[in-house]
Amino acid sequence: MLESIFLIAIIVLKILAIIIGLVVIVLYLTYFERKVIGYMHVRIGPNRVGPWGFWQPFADTIKLLTKEIIVPTPSNRFLFIIAPTLSFGIALIGWVVIPFDQGVVLANLNAGILYSFAVSSLGVYGIMIAGWASNSKYALFGSLRAAAQSISYEISMGFALIGVMMAAGSLNFQDIVNAQNGGFWHWYWLPLLPLFIVYWVSGIAETNRLPFDVAEGESELVAGFHVEYSGVTFALFFFAEYANMVLISTLISLLFLGGWLSPFQGIPYLDSWFAWVPGPLWLLIKVSFFLYCYLWFRATFPRYRYDQIMRLGWKIFIPLTLVWVIVIALAVQFHVSPWFA
Amino acid sequence: MWRRLTQYIKTFSLWDLIGGMRLTGKYFWRKKFTIQYPEEKTPTSPRFRGIHALRRYPNGEERCIACKLCEAVCPALAITIEAEPRADGSRRTTLYEIDLFKCIYCGFCEEACPVDSIVLTNMADYHIENRGENILTKDKLLAIGDKYEAQIAKDRDQDKNYR
Repeated sequence: MLESIFLIAIIVLKILAIIIGLVVIVLYLTYFERKVIGYMHVRIGPNRVGPWGFWQPFADTIKLLTKEIIVPTPSNRFLFIIAPTLSFGIALIGWVVIPFDQGVVLANLNAGILYSFAVSSLGVYGIMIAGWASNSKYALFGSLRAAAQSISYEISMGFALIGVMMAAGSLNFQDIVNAQNGGFWHWYWLPLLPLFIVYWVSGIAETNRLPFDVAEGESELVAGFHVEYSGVTFALFFFAEYANMVLISTLISLLFLGGWLSPFQGIPYLDSWFAWVPGPLWLLIKVSFFLYCYLWFRATFPRYRYDQIMRLGWKIFIPLTLVWVIVIALAVQFHVSPWFA
Repeated sequence: MWRRLTQYIKTFSLWDLIGGMRLTGKYFWRKKFTIQYPEEKTPTSPRFRGIHALRRYPNGEERCIACKLCEAVCPALAITIEAEPRADGSRRTTLYEIDLFKCIYCGFCEEACPVDSIVLTNMADYHIENRGENILTKDKLLAIGDKYEAQIAKDRDQDKNYR
């Protein structure tokens, strides 16, 4: 009895650690987003709250939390409140299976990939319910677009995952990372290069980030599915979006860039020089790279037209992934070294 | 044929996307144009038309002689003047008011003024907190003039050859 309470307490502590870490990362992701995009616009971004605007995210959070939640009269009140909560919850449960280092994971599922794939697909429900419950035409359009887009890109994402599964011969994240052991050129980004890029782009589309943000589309839909939301409810959507960005970046790092493995493995001197760097730090560096790219893309690319998004998803990514899945199957079958030895 | 082939290669190597990202990546390191407003300001022309001021002569005597030319020329009817002879027999205003809500900052009053009394300073940043504060009274105008006299004189001096 006492032992089980102790176990539960430890699990709760782990969950808290993940959530607090995630909240901090999300807060500062918003800060860096504004800074990075500002720098690319040749501006300097927020710099008033604290040194270099370092406390800006806290000011934003306090502002959002103290604002009024406005519930539109024609909306469905129950669903209107449920939607952001759902988005938030789904954005959090994806982290259950993510390993941060060898053995450092909340739930070491055998089918970790399947689980995270399923959860990342669930995210669209929050958006759909929000759009429908708002009873507003812009919100409805935004959520319809988000739904169609997520479904289209999930397919190519799924095929990209199939490539990884075949290459690693496992659905467990730790096994997948361990299968990439051996340094930068052994990671899966190289043999699975097309799948890597397809997964990356699909991930951006899945999180409704630019250049695939037609679900929000400020210039045409005001703010898309969350036009009617304010205060905490809006903050939850915001958090969910950024948490999903971090999740997708982490997944790409784990699946294609060797997770917590050092890129210098097997290189004579660099390997020993960087031996002191802990695994989670490598993972953090890789995740930061992808997050930076998210912001970089946002500062660079104009929004896709809706039919172009569909064309890219269905007519380019799916055939491309199908072809490369076959290539990978052959490569695995014939043990192409060094990846599939 | 060749064009299509190069097109394909460009598409699948994400050539144009990488080119765009190189450009934004380059701008990331550029020197920033931002002017930190309250601490730094963009330079203004000596002809800048900001908030109004009434000037004085160096001996402290107010310049305005209540000729009412500014009141007459004002296209927005923002200026109200009442005048009567002072104790020493000189003609002075008893009331000189500018309604900032009516004023369109055209600068005609300054051009009409024969004694360079009413001027537009280069102060663009002021605010109104309560009702009625939009009316600049004579005291306020003179106070603004006293406060920024150095700047006003400098601007007039720079522009004097062209007036």
